[in-house]
Amino acid sequence: MAKKYSPKMGKKELDLLTRLSNALAVSGDEQEVREIVYAELQEFKDSMHTDAMGNVLVSREGNEPIRPRVMVAAHMDEIGMMLIKEDGDGLFEFVVIGGVDPRQLVGKPVIVGRKHVPGVIGAKAIHLTTKEEREQELKVKSLRIDVGLGGSKLVEIGDRATFDTKLAVLGPSLRGKALDDRLGVFNLIELLKNAPENIDLLAAFTVQEELGLRGAKTAAYHFTSDIGIAMDSTPANDMPHFDGEENTTHNTKLDGGPAIYLMDGATIGDRRLVKWLTDTADAEKIPWQYRQPGRGGTDAGAIHKTRAGVPSVSVSVPQRYLHSAAGLVRIDDELNTLKLMHAALSRLDRSILNPQEIK
Amino acid sequence: MAKTNDLLKTLEMLVETPGPSGSEHQIRSKIEAEIREHVDEFYTDALGNLIARKGKKAEGGKRVMVSAHVDEIGLMVTHVDDNGFARFISIGGVSPYTCIGGRVLFMNGTQGVIGVERLEANEQPNLAKLFIDTGATSRDDSKVGVGDVCGFERPFMNLGKRLVAKSMDDRAAVAVAIGALKAVQNTPNEIYFVFSVQEEVGLRGAITAAYGVDPEVGIAVDVTRTGDTPKGTKMEVSLGKGPAIKVRDSSFIADPRVINWMVEEAKAQGLPYQMEVLEAGGTDGAAIQRTRAGVPAGCLSIPCRYIHSPSEMVDTDDLQGCVELLTGLLGKPIGF
Repeated sequence: MAKKYSPKMGKKELDLLTRLSNALAVSGDEQEVREIVYAELQEFKDSMHTDAMGNVLVSREGNEPIRPRVMVAAHMDEIGMMLIKEDGDGLFEFVVIGGVDPRQLVGKPVIVGRKHVPGVIGAKAIHLTTKEEREQELKVKSLRIDVGLGGSKLVEIGDRATFDTKLAVLGPSLRGKALDDRLGVFNLIELLKNAPENIDLLAAFTVQEELGLRGAKTAAYHFTSDIGIAMDSTPANDMPHFDGEENTTHNTKLDGGPAIYLMDGATIGDRRLVKWLTDTADAEKIPWQYRQPGRGGTDAGAIHKTRAGVPSVSVSVPQRYLHSAAGLVRIDDELNTLKLMHAALSRLDRSILNPQEIK
Repeated sequence: MAKTNDLLKTLEMLVETPGPSGSEHQIRSKIEAEIREHVDEFYTDALGNLIARKGKKAEGGKRVMVSAHVDEIGLMVTHVDDNGFARFISIGGVSPYTCIGGRVLFMNGTQGVIGVERLEANEQPNLAKLFIDTGATSRDDSKVGVGDVCGFERPFMNLGKRLVAKSMDDRAAVAVAIGALKAVQNTPNEIYFVFSVQEEVGLRGAITAAYGVDPEVGIAVDVTRTGDTPKGTKMEVSLGKGPAIKVRDSSFIADPRVINWMVEEAKAQGLPYQMEVLEAGGTDGAAIQRTRAGVPAGCLSIPCRYIHSPSEMVDTDDLQGCVELLTGLLGKPIGF
């Protein structure tokens, strides 16, 4: 019988999540998060390594005689920007990395490079704009990151930039940047520290997910697991409609609990694993919801196509305003996701993979 | 002809079984029952591909993978509203035009029809405007929920020389593969017949099956478009002019050695054949070709009209020709 595990968001946990959320780790430059992961997982240092792509891979073996090999992935990278050209006067041209909505960039404070040099994405003041200009969407090509004259000596072309947002607790909610997927990174660290003995937990802190699941592809090739699970975050588009019509495209809802995937653009969730998760949630009285089948993708998209195939599924924390300067999640949804993952892994048994049960 | 009658009987059974990508359990067990007496071993892999081996590699033989996908396009429910109408997303390439007025069959047996919201004049329909009406009067009354999967429902229709059904893509090819599997005897080749899953969502089953089988040669069997309908797309493939040997599509360029192998076999048998250059579309051949350190791969195509509609049409002689060509290819030493 696995020991009882009740995740909480105490001072220690909140401190870790704050450091993770505030770190700058735009795809391809995940070093800041990698350092936090290494520091947190020192007890696993002999079974932890960084692979050629930059993924941090940790194998934590259980102690029961027959143990399924379970790869759990959470991506370290976040969407953001990269400086590509200096215009002088502290102004830098930039490109976006990953799914950034250009309409959300204007007026945002940002941090640039490993030194977190502060800057701002500026635009002409309203006093000086014409009515026609105000109706136009500003293109990324016409925007600049302004780090001021002092900052321009501290940053370089190629430096990544992200929103200058610090994690904040809003009553039962958290507001922060990069909660996609630092919540997953946080959860994976917690799962390793409290790993059940009936499985080999193969933890992949992946890179470059936002650019096409690139890190997960090599991580999954390395691990040769029996099962793959991606822990991620997914949009909650759960606001009521202005005209009172039923919202049929919410994707997920806040307070609905962990979101279990049936199908997205990259993966059809393995039905055996979907049932395993929903059965666990029901048995443990953990609230859960299906993520509405739709587009998008998680690391499961790469994992399940690895070698001769790995049955895979995804679980996400619902989040409002995903891929913006500040997302918003419920602490209970986050903790219930961790609780579900731990409970499900604790009861996992290889018989779940009976091919007759593929449905 | 008795052989053709067997083929049509198998095909009718295959096309009337629902099996959208990711929900291939029913069609897989029917295929398994059909082939189990004719193969040396078979198994279902991690993603649900049914893999059957016939023959053991002997002098002059190769390890060959033949892939025909068992999945078809379909729909998955995303939301059931207060009044019991089910909203959905497509599984694979589904056109809203062929949906409207169509009927569907869910894997749990529930039936339904597809309706559409009021469209403005000249407004193009898209899938978000459509819904499935299963006859439910409320959400609580609905027999389907989020995640339930359905295929299109249409009976098999035998028009004499021409045959019509939903999911001719790719059950016509599954029937061809089964025909060759039964016919090929005393081969020096070690043949892995892969009945692959999730082709319609990105060749996913073939990717992992090919890794597992590790073949030396790969052949996909799939349907291809034709250019023989009124004011249609220009294309040099017609129904009834024989098996089509793929040169390229938008997913891969067939290996010239495999193309040549197919052409020579068709000539040797005196079978009519046509060369296929497909502008857009992909097959399992692309997945096999890029497996591990690379595999020479090609595709044997069955000409098919109205692909991805509920009424896909193939020609009986083309089907029979494909069986004979594939049987001939697999039954002898492979000279490259």
